[in-house]
Amino acid sequence: MTARTIAADQSVEFYNLDEHPHPEGHSTMLGFWIYLMSDCLIFAILFACYAVLGGNYAAGPAPKDLFDLKLIALNTAMLLFSSITYGFAVLQMQRGRVKGTQIWLAVTGLFGLAFLGIELYEFHHLIEIGATPQRSAFLSAFFTLVGTHGLHVTFGIIWLVTLMVQLGKHGLGAANRRRVMCLSMFWHFLDVVWIGVFTIVYLMGVLR
Amino acid sequence: MPTKLSPSWTRLRWLPVLGTLPLLAGCDLVVLDPAGDVARQQGDLIVISTVLMLLVILPVMALTIFFAWRYRAANKDATYKPDWDHSTQLELVIWSAPLLIIICLGAVTWVATHLLDPYRPLARTGPGQAIAADVKPLDVQVVALDWKWLFIYPEQGVATVNELALPVNRPIRFRISSSSVMNSFYIPALAGQIYAMPGMETKLHGVFDRTGNFDGFSANYSGAGFSNMRFKVKSLPMSEFDQWIAAAKASPQGELDRRTYLKLEKPSEKEPVRRFAAVDPQLFDAVVNMCVEPGKMCMHDMMAIDAKGGAGVAGIGNVRNVTYDKYAGRGHPGSVGWSIRYVAALCSAAMVSADRPDATPVNPAPLKGEGLPHPNKAAERTALSSPSPRPMS
Amino acid sequence: MTPHPAPEAGPFLGKLSLNALPLHEPILIFTFLGVAVGGLVVLALITRYRLWGYLWTEWFTTVDHKRIGIMYMILGLVMFLRGFADAIMMRLQQAMAFGGSEGYLPAHHYDQVFTAHGVIMIFFVAMPFITGLMNYIVPLQIGARDVSFPFLNNFSFWMTTSGAVLTMISLFVGEYAQTGWLAYPPLSGIAYSPNVGVDYYIWGLQIAGVGTTLSGINLIVTILKLRAPGMGLMKMPVFTWTSLCSNILIVASFPILTATLALLTLDRYVGTNFFTNDLGGSPMMYVNLIWIWGHPEVYILVLPLFGVYSEVTSTFSGKKLFGYTSMVYATVCITILSYIVWLHHFFTMGSGASVNSFFGITTMVISIPTGAKLFNWLFTMYRGRIRFELPMMWTIAFMLTFVVGGMTGVLLAVPPADFVLHNSLFLIAHFHNVIIGGVLFGLFAAINYWWPKAFGFKLDVFWGKISFWCWVVGFWLAFMPLYILGLMGVTRRMRVFDDPSLQIWFVIAAIGAAVIAVGIAAMLIQFGVSIWRRKELADESGDPWGGRTLEWATSSPPPDYNFAFTPVIHDLDAWHDMKRRGHRRPVGGFRDIHMPSNTGAGIILAGFSLVLGFALVWHIWWLAAVSFAATIVGAIYHSFNYKRDFDIPAATVAAVEDARTRQLAAGA
Repeated sequence: MTARTIAADQSVEFYNLDEHPHPEGHSTMLGFWIYLMSDCLIFAILFACYAVLGGNYAAGPAPKDLFDLKLIALNTAMLLFSSITYGFAVLQMQRGRVKGTQIWLAVTGLFGLAFLGIELYEFHHLIEIGATPQRSAFLSAFFTLVGTHGLHVTFGIIWLVTLMVQLGKHGLGAANRRRVMCLSMFWHFLDVVWIGVFTIVYLMGVLR
Repeated sequence: MPTKLSPSWTRLRWLPVLGTLPLLAGCDLVVLDPAGDVARQQGDLIVISTVLMLLVILPVMALTIFFAWRYRAANKDATYKPDWDHSTQLELVIWSAPLLIIICLGAVTWVATHLLDPYRPLARTGPGQAIAADVKPLDVQVVALDWKWLFIYPEQGVATVNELALPVNRPIRFRISSSSVMNSFYIPALAGQIYAMPGMETKLHGVFDRTGNFDGFSANYSGAGFSNMRFKVKSLPMSEFDQWIAAAKASPQGELDRRTYLKLEKPSEKEPVRRFAAVDPQLFDAVVNMCVEPGKMCMHDMMAIDAKGGAGVAGIGNVRNVTYDKYAGRGHPGSVGWSIRYVAALCSAAMVSADRPDATPVNPAPLKGEGLPHPNKAAERTALSSPSPRPMS
Repeated sequence: MTPHPAPEAGPFLGKLSLNALPLHEPILIFTFLGVAVGGLVVLALITRYRLWGYLWTEWFTTVDHKRIGIMYMILGLVMFLRGFADAIMMRLQQAMAFGGSEGYLPAHHYDQVFTAHGVIMIFFVAMPFITGLMNYIVPLQIGARDVSFPFLNNFSFWMTTSGAVLTMISLFVGEYAQTGWLAYPPLSGIAYSPNVGVDYYIWGLQIAGVGTTLSGINLIVTILKLRAPGMGLMKMPVFTWTSLCSNILIVASFPILTATLALLTLDRYVGTNFFTNDLGGSPMMYVNLIWIWGHPEVYILVLPLFGVYSEVTSTFSGKKLFGYTSMVYATVCITILSYIVWLHHFFTMGSGASVNSFFGITTMVISIPTGAKLFNWLFTMYRGRIRFELPMMWTIAFMLTFVVGGMTGVLLAVPPADFVLHNSLFLIAHFHNVIIGGVLFGLFAAINYWWPKAFGFKLDVFWGKISFWCWVVGFWLAFMPLYILGLMGVTRRMRVFDDPSLQIWFVIAAIGAAVIAVGIAAMLIQFGVSIWRRKELADESGDPWGGRTLEWATSSPPPDYNFAFTPVIHDLDAWHDMKRRGHRRPVGGFRDIHMPSNTGAGIILAGFSLVLGFALVWHIWWLAAVSFAATIVGAIYHSFNYKRDFDIPAATVAAVEDARTRQLAAGA
């Protein structure tokens, strides 16, 4: 380090002469994970808005007037089941069974659809009695937070269907395995977010 | 080439600054030489902070130029140590010098921020001039309108547009709000600025220690007419102030009631000075509560209902479309109809302004910032925090 | 009073009609004619020389990080000219509008100009410049062949471009926002801004924001996963470190902007009440949220340039960087601290004194690591052999300029001082002092420093010096008066003035802007002259400055695959270390190199997004639905493409490397 010029040191390896390319997609999982964290921030902002504005009913209805906990509990169950069935799909994938994976993915999608159906029913009911997103800041924050989650589930289902087709076409190659795992992270992430929604919006809203 | 570069650099860099010095003598740096105790302390703080920071900035600039010149490639006499990249002692200095400055500045900041908190009633009108316990600050209510300023003097019962007269050496308490968008109420000669926001009330305390004519304006862009949202501020001796009030009371404009206010509120630019001989005493509270319009629910009523858990499903329909022409100058009702709605009042009784006892001024004895009791804690109540004088029907 | 009353929305064209064209504004007509003629000439030339195919296959669809980096820089440069034109217009207006004169810009136009200036300079100049720089340099500095997600990189670039295009369209179709660059509600709400200006603002930023976030993710993963063997985190070049921190800030702050703008969008399009006055909304919420993004944003911009200054100072002082470790820790400190200072942008909102002083002091604390950095550059020069090439000149100009900006910044962080200086021209002078002195000077240093790497020839020194002196002198001329005006209590965004004694200062500032304009012209001439004289200025060695980091280890411009063999890292300043140990370039034994293939998916998807944005601005719902569906279907279609890479055969690599060997031998 001290001397500025050292005689050419041939024992030092300057280049990796026997290198192998990085396997394709070796950093996809990390990238997708970072994406999920950025998505998590969006939800964090929506939660923060709900926390700040959630009490501004504008002399209108409050959560306890609007929410039906039994319905929401059913809805939560749908989403939680869908996470379990997604887990079964991954197990099938690890055993190398394309059909089994597809079947469990389909079941997951059906649970997801049921979740969305119940959510849409709830929204429809609220809008019908006039508790629209325009009525108060609380309702704006509520519809936006829950709706954004629902939108994510919708895109998750579109992705799920696409993936089922791709599995049928290309089988369980490295690329498809990676995609199944990415969607798995996405799906479980939505589950975690929903637990936050259920607790903070519905449970705390009704119990308050 | 490199040998010549650094010295010429130094000279040229300061050229613009030096060139402007003669001009500076002739201009009015109102921020550094204001006409009120609060603004003066704020201006002094600028100077103190600048000097504190120059303690580290000037050596850095000098060293930059010196090193650049001393260690130029052409100077073969200078030491060259290409592998020298670490020195624990130097690192300590590098981190601790700015740290020390920031500790000093942080302490100054903490104390000054508390002492010069715009919400804090004044304890003095100038250095060594404590305010007697029986002196009440003059109340002035300020409303930023599109694009002009409304000043209400509740004690005197008059109101003005785009003109503010204040007695010298008497502490002033401004209560500030806005009718539509965010503005910032700023009289550089008097005290720092504070935002004027719709549906909210901010406060500012200040005092003039010199008579004269000064400028006030909005310091926050608020739309097309913003540039002309300026007003003259007169700092008058007490007797002249009383004359000014008397003149305002004799103004032919009559009373500023809610109906007149709703007309005045419509967007307009370069509004001439106007004085109203009388003013609806509840007007400012109604502005802050966004319920000047007849039939609109006041914010504090709404907040009281919300605090009790809302008005239930039955309250959903209690919303009306705006029928008055509040946004004519800016909006287009056709395309935005749904957004301009309001919650209707549940009771039509007129709002009675709650009394707001004045805060006790701070003891001017040695001030230590944080150690002081915050004057806001219990003493002052704002329009939003005052409970509705009547129970909801 | 509004020149364009919002028209009733029709089913086919939404709110769009002939009235949206600013036919009554001569300035815009002439600008449009100029742009149209210029654009047509460029298109004609491209067609004449049959360049469309070349542009499409080699540039538009490329996934090569180097070409994408260059395209980002071109985007930044083009938008810079637009943003600077806005600046000149403002300076002229403010120098003219005295004593009853209304100047030459009506409020409706002037208010758009200052909004567009801010938005364009931050989002479509500074961001593309730093993203382009990081894109080009980071993979080379860490010895990688490309970024982790090359397709995503192409897509990010085109999304950023789509956002810029949408913003530019607003110049000639409709109007831009008249709200200031952060569009505070309720002014930006539908009740007070019923026309399309704010919608252009929202969708332009949302589309570009997708690109920025994705590119941030991409570069983080690249730096974490693709470093050459032996390059531990504490052996990364400082520029890579600052890029990593900057990208972490991007990923951790742009989603906040996305969410905040989405809520404003809902307020405007659906009628929700997040930021409205009535029905429980809170405009203060928006101000908080936007600055939670906005403050990290300024560090996103400046951090990579801190890296540039470190590289430049070390290279041109012929010396190791002083205090590498403390430099890295300082960068990380700044990254973290930048999240807990946002409230200093609105001390005047009436928070309590304790809250204000907390945020004031956290802001000052940032100056400690920043100060440490300055000292580190200083002691890198100490006992060095400083060569005053253009990049080093820009760096010294930065050090002398930036400290003043930093000082006024700390001053503004003292809440009582902020009460008198907030929103004043002092504030304007301060942030131009740090953004021009910190970000732009750094970019110019970087451009002069790395241009030979990207193109194989150095930039002309004569015109570079003219540009340098015009910029430095022009900067002080333009902004010193604003500091003084701020102390005279003059506020920002003013269109007309009463007090005639102010005029002289605005005239000086306008002269300063004119001098800067000469500096910009000189820079463009510098590029032109250098391209013209590229043979004389050629650098065959690949290492014209005696560089210390890996990007100088390969040829200029680097081959598609960057390095035929990935270097192995033993020390900080890897290339300097290799040179010192007498390394030998491998001249044989080449292998196939695995590379990503080009794809048109990025530009096509971004094109759909542009149409979607335009349709949403004008409420053309059918078109919005169609383009949205097209975007989704396009993305799905692209996901069915499983063959996204190819191998460069060993023979091709050998041919390229042999040519390089001959070139080096000829130069030696």
